[in-house]
Amino acid sequence: MEELCTGLCSVLLESGADPGLALFLSLLVGVLLVSGVPLITVILLIWIERKVAARIQDRIGPNRVGPVGLLQTIADMIKLLSKEDITPTAADRVLYNAAPLVSFASVVLLWAVIPFTPFHFGVDLEIGALYFVAIASFGTLAIMAAGWASNNKYALLGAFRVVALLVSYEVPLVFALLVPVLLAGSMSLVDIVNAQNGMWFVVLSPLAFVIFYISSQAETGRAPFDLIEAESELVAGFNIEYSGMKFGMFFAAEFLHVFTNGIIMAILFFGGWMGPLYYESPLIAFAWLGAKGGLIYLTTLWLRNTVPRLRIDQIMAFNWKFLVPLSIANLIVVSFVLKALQELALVPRDLLSASFGELLPTTVVLLLFNGAMILYLLGILRKRGREARREPQNARAEFAQPASVAGH
Amino acid sequence: MNVLNEWAFVGLFAVMAPIFPALPIVIAWLFRPRKPNVLKSSTYECGVETIGDTWVQFRVQYYIYGLIFLVFDVEMVFLFPWAVAYNEMSLFGFVAGFLFIFLLTDALFYAWKKNALDWK
Repeated sequence: MEELCTGLCSVLLESGADPGLALFLSLLVGVLLVSGVPLITVILLIWIERKVAARIQDRIGPNRVGPVGLLQTIADMIKLLSKEDITPTAADRVLYNAAPLVSFASVVLLWAVIPFTPFHFGVDLEIGALYFVAIASFGTLAIMAAGWASNNKYALLGAFRVVALLVSYEVPLVFALLVPVLLAGSMSLVDIVNAQNGMWFVVLSPLAFVIFYISSQAETGRAPFDLIEAESELVAGFNIEYSGMKFGMFFAAEFLHVFTNGIIMAILFFGGWMGPLYYESPLIAFAWLGAKGGLIYLTTLWLRNTVPRLRIDQIMAFNWKFLVPLSIANLIVVSFVLKALQELALVPRDLLSASFGELLPTTVVLLLFNGAMILYLLGILRKRGREARREPQNARAEFAQPASVAGH
Repeated sequence: MNVLNEWAFVGLFAVMAPIFPALPIVIAWLFRPRKPNVLKSSTYECGVETIGDTWVQFRVQYYIYGLIFLVFDVEMVFLFPWAVAYNEMSLFGFVAGFLFIFLLTDALFYAWKKNALDWK
């Protein structure tokens, strides 16, 4: 991307264009190319999402429009374009109309820093990881704005839950994100991928990946964390008053966000474009990233369609009393063990140039500590589960069904 | 590309990004039917009329979670430079970072013991 932009810029300069204009045009082409990737993928994603959900629920899914229903999304778009758009008179017009734009734009903006191949990316920001966190929280803001501006009690309840849920799960997300940053010694996503040359970070710290995975599922507001749009209690939650294309934008943003999270996880923990023969051609590198991201994306779809929705007190307790302490403990263990190994001069300090063999001691030790933590956690969970089963009246008292109903 | 150009790219991206979702909405605005009436643009509440103001006071519990989050989020930003410098850091800097994480954990357990984390 970089050569392309500078190349285009120099061509324009030679043909006698104004330097400022030449720079602007070349940047614009870069922006359009990078943003083209998510904009084209999202059309496919909607189809994949519906098809996978259908298959899990033992249905066929869209199969009429185009081959295997591939053009269904286009048909839906045309339908949405012709739908009447209702803005409730009570709504706050500016925020109400801005929310779907911010929601979608924040997800597209994430792609500015995603490295597709070693040489093809929008920008390689020094603070790429921080940029990801900052921009992703814009989406939370958009949902909050939508719920508030609708001036509807259901929507407002959805917005309240956003404050509680999405905001809370950002804490373990960032703590888990600190682990790859710490291992690579850089916040730049390109450096993080390059540092995984010897070993993927998911092997060095599987626990961080699991925490990141769970909290990013919560960040996108998907089951089992889909309280913000709980159909059975809030009708549709924050997007209840939206119709037509604005409604569609919220959903396109959500689908794209899930896939973007898959790609981010592939970059942070699964070595991004790394894979056999990635250096041969940028296309192969791109395919590796897509394959890894796509696989993680499919597991999130699987999770979404399998797990039932949790109660809000369960979700909050799980986050603040389990995930946050766990993510802090994980950060402490990883940083402490790695520092001890470095001080004893058992491992290379710089992962960028370290080979697989040099990294083997680090990998084994970190993996052992992670395994010990996971075993300890499973022990705690087992104990808690037993206690909960032994005293069902305590755990389920408030939500228990009346005896007459339960008797049938 | 120098640093300025990198941020120029991000800036241009930030300007362009809202245009992508705005485009279909504007196109829809050109094509869509417009037949508003009082009932249609009233607040939707499953058929019953909405009673009272929507923007009411909400449970304090949401606010407490927001407050705890704010503390954590601001402090976590300070951990990023620590993580980046980790490989070249002296033992002193490393221990200082640990102290910081310890204080953070301390705050979490304080909130926990004060029952601020319980959903009431």
